[in-house]
Amino acid sequence: MEKTYKIEVDCANCAQKMEVAAKKTDGVADATVSFMTQKMKISFEDGVDEKAVMKKVLKACRKVEPDCEIEI
Amino acid sequence: MTRKQKKVLIRIILSTVLLIAAHFIPVTGIGSLFLYLVPYLIIGYDILKKALLGIIHGEVFDENFLMAVATVGAIVLGEYAEGVAVMLFYQIGELFQSYAVGKSRKNISALMDIRPDYANIEKDGEIVQTDPEEINIGEIILVKPGEKIPLDGVIVEGSSTINTSALTGESIPKDAQTGDHVISGCVNMTGLLKIQTTKAFGESTVSKILDLVENSSMKKSRSENFISKFARVYTPAVCIGAAALAILPPLFQLLFLQADADFGTWLFRALTFLVISCPCALVISIPLSFFGGIGAASRCGILVKGSNYLEALSEAGYVVFDKTGTLTEGVFQVKQVCVKEDKASAVQDVQAQTDVKQHLLEIAALAESYSSHPISRSLREACAISLDKARVCDIEEISGHGVTAQIDGRRTAVGNAKLMDKLGIAFEACKEPGTVVYVATEPAADPAIEPSMKPTAPQLRYAGWILIADVVKEGAAEAIASLKRSGVTKSVMLTGDNKTVAEAVGTELGLDEIHSELLPGDKVARVESLLSQKSEKQKLIFVGDGINDAPVLTRADIGIAMGALGSDAAIEAADVVLMDDDPRKIALAIRISRKCLRIVYQNIVFALAVKALCLILGALGIANMWMAIFADVGVMVIAVLNAMRTLRIEN
Repeated sequence: MEKTYKIEVDCANCAQKMEVAAKKTDGVADATVSFMTQKMKISFEDGVDEKAVMKKVLKACRKVEPDCEIEI
Repeated sequence: MTRKQKKVLIRIILSTVLLIAAHFIPVTGIGSLFLYLVPYLIIGYDILKKALLGIIHGEVFDENFLMAVATVGAIVLGEYAEGVAVMLFYQIGELFQSYAVGKSRKNISALMDIRPDYANIEKDGEIVQTDPEEINIGEIILVKPGEKIPLDGVIVEGSSTINTSALTGESIPKDAQTGDHVISGCVNMTGLLKIQTTKAFGESTVSKILDLVENSSMKKSRSENFISKFARVYTPAVCIGAAALAILPPLFQLLFLQADADFGTWLFRALTFLVISCPCALVISIPLSFFGGIGAASRCGILVKGSNYLEALSEAGYVVFDKTGTLTEGVFQVKQVCVKEDKASAVQDVQAQTDVKQHLLEIAALAESYSSHPISRSLREACAISLDKARVCDIEEISGHGVTAQIDGRRTAVGNAKLMDKLGIAFEACKEPGTVVYVATEPAADPAIEPSMKPTAPQLRYAGWILIADVVKEGAAEAIASLKRSGVTKSVMLTGDNKTVAEAVGTELGLDEIHSELLPGDKVARVESLLSQKSEKQKLIFVGDGINDAPVLTRADIGIAMGALGSDAAIEAADVVLMDDDPRKIALAIRISRKCLRIVYQNIVFALAVKALCLILGALGIANMWMAIFADVGVMVIAVLNAMRTLRIEN
């Protein structure tokens, strides 16, 4: 299952860090962040609750970049 | 500017004014510290907060932390102005970056602005604008002149001229009439159209294309991956370097030279190191360049599905073409008409010769007038006059040979060489490649001969041949020549067609290798053997029309589908999609890709060189914090501006 989310992030390096953080989150099989289009594509592991996982992703991203925003 | 950016701008202005003021107010000691602390906190409070949060979260080595350490360090060492200025410049740099990127993002998105905002539907006799997403399949929409067609459909009423330039980059208007299929994203230029939709908005061409382009930056190139890995080690490495610089040289001086340790100087140099530790210039300029390249390409009707493919295009070494539909038009056309020698030489003037040829074509077309074979169709099309079928009777089709018929009361045979042999007619064989149609007719009744002297079974006489062949696309030869100029080492053509035709097309276009009479499965095998031939660094491109060659498209390093406008299968299967069917676009795509990569490398080398220089000069004590932050912000500005050059393409 793959989903794309709109994000808000100011610097390219921060976007990179968000990608790394999202990848490490439980329930996320893979993650890609495009700084240029301000989008985050998450592919979830099978059978996970997407909303719950996204909450964790947002939390992990806030840790590396307190200013970031993900439209869940 | 966004609200966030405006807020930063105000903080920058305020802090600059206060910094200048602090410089001129003659206070010393603790008073001076307070004077400088005000602008420092105004400009840097968020950085300090983020640094603190970073430490709490265990993310120590981020640029916020480093900026905080560098500036606080400078202030502790008594360099108040320097501390404030570094933070100020850092913020100016960040603001510029966010502004420039936002601006270029908008520019690039504007290039791809094919999304229709509304669809007109008729409701109780009035035209209402609705969201295209709410239109169901089969609903009738109205498109006024000058509007974008919002959804794919069939014209049920009206006729107009349609401009596809937003999709193909080519502004050749096309005529559209009732019953024609139209594609979303095109602009209706002249008449009012009523269109019955055949697809929902999400499935329409325009949505598919937008999706594809927007997701293209998700597929990252090797250079992007390299830089993001580099960024992860760069910052910690610079920090370790800074720590070493602060501790080792003073210890060395103290222990071995018995000199003064001079900790203050070395600590200050170490702080200079920290200022240059943000890898932002690199990290921003590379995806920006790729995004620009993809945007520029899509403006030309070339959709690149990922940064990785744009990067791979620049390394194109082998280009493999499918023949039919790629290098040739894929439609049969009459290429040459040859009238039997003695007949042709009998009439000298050009006009009369054309008349004789036209007559031969007419006879052939009439004989084949009831057939639906593509060859018959091309004969009829070449004739260019409406044929009176009443002139034909007694049609007899001889399967695999041709037809015989009575035309204007004269017996006629039209068919291949086998038919001529079968009927025992002597003919001149045509050596040109393609499909040859021979024509034999009963000679016109000679008034000089008495009717009673006429032979009972009239003899058919060979009259001439008509050559029908697939036509080579305009610009195909030029396309191959320009590919060669751009450094493609081998151009190959694969086709299922027969050898003579393949060789003729191949040599005409100047291809290096020609493989003919291939079955679809053979094409994959050929591509695989070519893949093993080429050197590791070269990439193999396969160009096809995307209809029957999906397996080959996926097997090649880069699959290019052409003529993809309106063909979903082609858009799915390929890595690069040419919206129209101009083979010259392949060389253009390679040019765009090369330019993009050149800019990427320039930025990488330039940014790394300036950073390295700053580190060395900083360690030697030649560059101070001011210079370091100037260099850092300057590099980023130049890298972003350089990246924007990808948008410009010279023809």
